[in-house]
Amino acid sequence: MHELSVASAVLNTALKHCGDRQVTVVNVRVGRMRQVVPASLEFYFEIVARDTACEGARLELVEIEPRLRCNDCERAWSPSIPAFRCPDCGSAAVEVSAGEELEIDYIEVKEQETACTARR
Amino acid sequence: MHRTKVRVVEDALDANNTIARANRDDFDRYGVTVLNLMSAPGAGKTTLLERAIGEPLERIRVGVLEGDVQGSIDADRLATLHIPVTQLNTGNGFGGECHLDANMVRSALDQIPLTELDMLIVENVGNLVCPAEFRIGEDARAMVCSLTEGEDKPLKYPLMFRACELVVVNKLDLLPHLDVDLDKLLYNIDAVNPGVRTIECSAKTGEGVDALRAWLAELAHRRLQAVA
Repeated sequence: MHELSVASAVLNTALKHCGDRQVTVVNVRVGRMRQVVPASLEFYFEIVARDTACEGARLELVEIEPRLRCNDCERAWSPSIPAFRCPDCGSAAVEVSAGEELEIDYIEVKEQETACTARR
Repeated sequence: MHRTKVRVVEDALDANNTIARANRDDFDRYGVTVLNLMSAPGAGKTTLLERAIGEPLERIRVGVLEGDVQGSIDADRLATLHIPVTQLNTGNGFGGECHLDANMVRSALDQIPLTELDMLIVENVGNLVCPAEFRIGEDARAMVCSLTEGEDKPLKYPLMFRACELVVVNKLDLLPHLDVDLDKLLYNIDAVNPGVRTIECSAKTGEGVDALRAWLAELAHRRLQAVA
């Protein structure tokens, strides 16, 4: 539902970094624990990118699997259900080491060829 | 024409978080503690607020920022409590945003009498998904989960349940009439957000609402202690 807002945020971040060059790819790392629907995000991105330097750019979404780590017994695991207590020691001191990303990793832009004026 | 890769490595919501920090600075300047209150539609946020702040909290002046897609039904209800209530509608553009973000709250700041408040409760748009993604400059986030929603909701919407430091379990008066398993619900809440504070109450009968009032007072005093 909030993919329109996220798409606008992704667009604005890409525009901030593209230096007015045409953007061909926007690569975003999306943690599986973020409630972002990829198809919906792609749909909205295409709409909000119209008439900007990102028009027609391909949105590449790289899904990141969740990883949890217990700070008490140091167990690390990939949860298959949303349970955040350590399955070994029952500790609540569990941190998310991956899976909550919503990060623009890189963009690809078209560079204009500049004529080489150096004497050969 | 060739292509160049530009490294970005930036959170997509950085811009929102920057505005949220600006909001927070303004709230700090006026000494206002801000609570972002979230829930599914119909969980009972407004009724709970009527119960919890209908009687003034001791030495804490409370105001409400009421977020709705459309209309002022909730704001009108709360205005009868004789507290400052500001309506914020998200219904522009694509038929209405499903959440409040930092910029929307920022746009309403000049309508909120911050000098007259110690605490601002932001009643977010009813939605268990989107509001959890957007910081607005709050000190704390809390949610209301009503028994009628069933015991499985924490497992289906873990992001929301994990975002909050308090989960208010509402509509306790309906427990005898429902098939819902309260212990299972509390177990599921603890599974997705281990150790999170929970308060069981009924906004209808008032049962348990004192615990929420005490929590709100504690939240306001937390700021005073931090300043001292």
